[in-house]
Amino acid sequence: MIRTKRDLTKAVLLVTPSIVLVSIFVYGFILWSLRTSVSAWQGIRPDYTFVGLRNYIHLFQSTRFQIDLWNTAYFTLFFIATCIVVGFVLAFLINRNIRGEGVFRTVYLFPMALSFIVTGVVWRWMLNPTFGVNIILENLGFPSDWGWYTDPTRIGGFHVALTSLILAASWQFAGYTMAIYLAGLRSIPYEVIESARMDGATEIMIVRKVVLPMLRSITLSAVVVLGHISLKIFDLVMAMTGRGPRFATDFPGVFMFETTFTGNRYGEGAAISIVMLVMVALIIIPYLVHVFRQETHE
Amino acid sequence: MTLRRVVVFGVMALLLVPFSAMAAGEGEEEERVEEGLEIVTWWTAGGEAEALAALIDVYRQRYPDVEVMNSTVAGGGGSQARGVLASRMVGGRPPDTFQVHGGAGIIGTWVVDDFMEPVTHILEDNDWMGVFPEDVIEIISYEGEIYSIPVNIHRSNVMWYNIGVFEEHNLNPPQSLAEFFEVAEQLQAAGVTPLALGGTDGWEPTHLLESVLLAELGPDAYRGLWDGTTAWDGSEALAALSTFVDMLDYITADQSAITNIDAAEYVAEGQAAMTVMGDWVHGFYLAIGLEPGEDYGWMPTPGTQGNFIMLTDTFGLPKDAPNPTNVRRWLTVVASREGQDTFNPIKGSIPARTDADRDKYDVYLLSAMDDFARDSIVPSLAHGAAAEVGWMSSINDVVTFLVEDKDIETAAADFQSLADQYVR
Repeated sequence: MIRTKRDLTKAVLLVTPSIVLVSIFVYGFILWSLRTSVSAWQGIRPDYTFVGLRNYIHLFQSTRFQIDLWNTAYFTLFFIATCIVVGFVLAFLINRNIRGEGVFRTVYLFPMALSFIVTGVVWRWMLNPTFGVNIILENLGFPSDWGWYTDPTRIGGFHVALTSLILAASWQFAGYTMAIYLAGLRSIPYEVIESARMDGATEIMIVRKVVLPMLRSITLSAVVVLGHISLKIFDLVMAMTGRGPRFATDFPGVFMFETTFTGNRYGEGAAISIVMLVMVALIIIPYLVHVFRQETHE
Repeated sequence: MTLRRVVVFGVMALLLVPFSAMAAGEGEEEERVEEGLEIVTWWTAGGEAEALAALIDVYRQRYPDVEVMNSTVAGGGGSQARGVLASRMVGGRPPDTFQVHGGAGIIGTWVVDDFMEPVTHILEDNDWMGVFPEDVIEIISYEGEIYSIPVNIHRSNVMWYNIGVFEEHNLNPPQSLAEFFEVAEQLQAAGVTPLALGGTDGWEPTHLLESVLLAELGPDAYRGLWDGTTAWDGSEALAALSTFVDMLDYITADQSAITNIDAAEYVAEGQAAMTVMGDWVHGFYLAIGLEPGEDYGWMPTPGTQGNFIMLTDTFGLPKDAPNPTNVRRWLTVVASREGQDTFNPIKGSIPARTDADRDKYDVYLLSAMDDFARDSIVPSLAHGAAAEVGWMSSINDVVTFLVEDKDIETAAADFQSLADQYVR
């Protein structure tokens, strides 16, 4: 709490540099990207001639970008769902005071210490159709002609090749989801569960009626954190699959990078990044509003 | 001190930082004498880094007082280097000289936008115009001036094949596209993948396509694709696209998962019989201990005999380069016979000059040099010599669809609309 004028001065002095830097390097550059996205800039020399929404129209007409948006939607959906389910189950099992809890917790959390680049390279080799896990499957007598991320098959708008990326990304983040669920589970007062048990609730009912509702805010944070990772996904894709067959594993981030830095089409590249920003904002802003409301309530 | 004054003071103090840095920079600028030479490249791998170091040694022997700074930017097949370069050039702090693909790669990106000085005089003053093939001079020129000096030549239209596989199946390497399909059919029936093709980096299918376009169109019509005189949706181009699509029936199943080097490895191991790739594959085969002419053979991509699709690494002189005299000396070394004969045997490429010392080159390079001196030379699409990078990356996108959809009509229409957009 600010008590004196002196404290106030100190506080302002402390936050000023970060406010200045953030407003230049975050918000200033967002505005700059916005301006670039409605400009004719193509080639190295900046050209800010205003062209209205031309870049955006061009973008949404492009088949590649439409595929990218669908890929993002499917990837986000399945990646979050997998992490939440696997993470919760792991947390629930570990929370039952099993022996060697610390070991399991560390093992599951460990992938998070890796960068997406490492994960991508490792999974690219493992899922390579000619010398990856297919060989193990073959030796065990299972069907072994999986194309993994090279499979161009589509089911509706869903590219089967995406499952490989979902697998790799979930492997990396299920442990993190487990960790936050574990923290959530530990914060549920034991009396609550005990009294439910006294009232004759089965274990499944306790999970469904007591535990899950009390973990709702944890789930929400997990969705937001995982969601903003998956909407911006870039490094994993670059390291693991590239654009894939017929852009089966292409994402807006990859498209943006190629358009801007290999194609020198800065206007279109900026338009892609603005679309990505809007997508992330759509989940982050409601969350921030929600959190902010909660805080003012308390 | 009131709160407001504190805030104002804080902001002002922060704003001063960049200005003071700038002031310091300007001071240095005034009293500079030319003592350095900064070279930006993306040559980081074994042979190429050594080749550059050897070339720099030649320069150092001639100009021992110049401090040469070798600024290599690793990663992304040059895309990282190009990113760094773009920000430095636009920001007004260009390096002295930099590696750039000759042809449309430098012209479309740097020359048209007026970032480069012409360097025609380097060749003229030394009377070297005649030792570079005319086709090459044309590819690296823009409006009558040369803007970069080629240090090497790589060939794109080479088909590498596993000699053992062909012998085992009693087949001869195909000389024409028609023969290619016959041979491919027999190899397929025998359980060998006929054609290894990569795809992770997005340009590999385009690399095959440029050979097929050349085979079907011939050199003049192929050149016409880049200046608008050949229609992409004309009957000849459609025939080429159709041949390309037919060839895809014979490629590796994991095409999208492998790189061009992986594809070459499939051929080395005998999993696949042939691959169409640039002659850096030769360097790769030597590095893994294969014997040229015994383990692997090479020939122009079927149907492209007598033609040479080239790509070239070049160096240029940016406007406002800090040490232009040192750069001109560097470019002279790059263009010299000694420079080219030092660099290329190590890099595994051939010199852009036609008067090289043949004793220094191995059997593949000698055969490429002979073809280079004789053949029609056309620029490579997939490697930035034929079309500027924006056009090239859009073509790669169309090809990515073509490989899976096999819809040549749509692809031809897309190619044509890109040509309409990019032909100047």
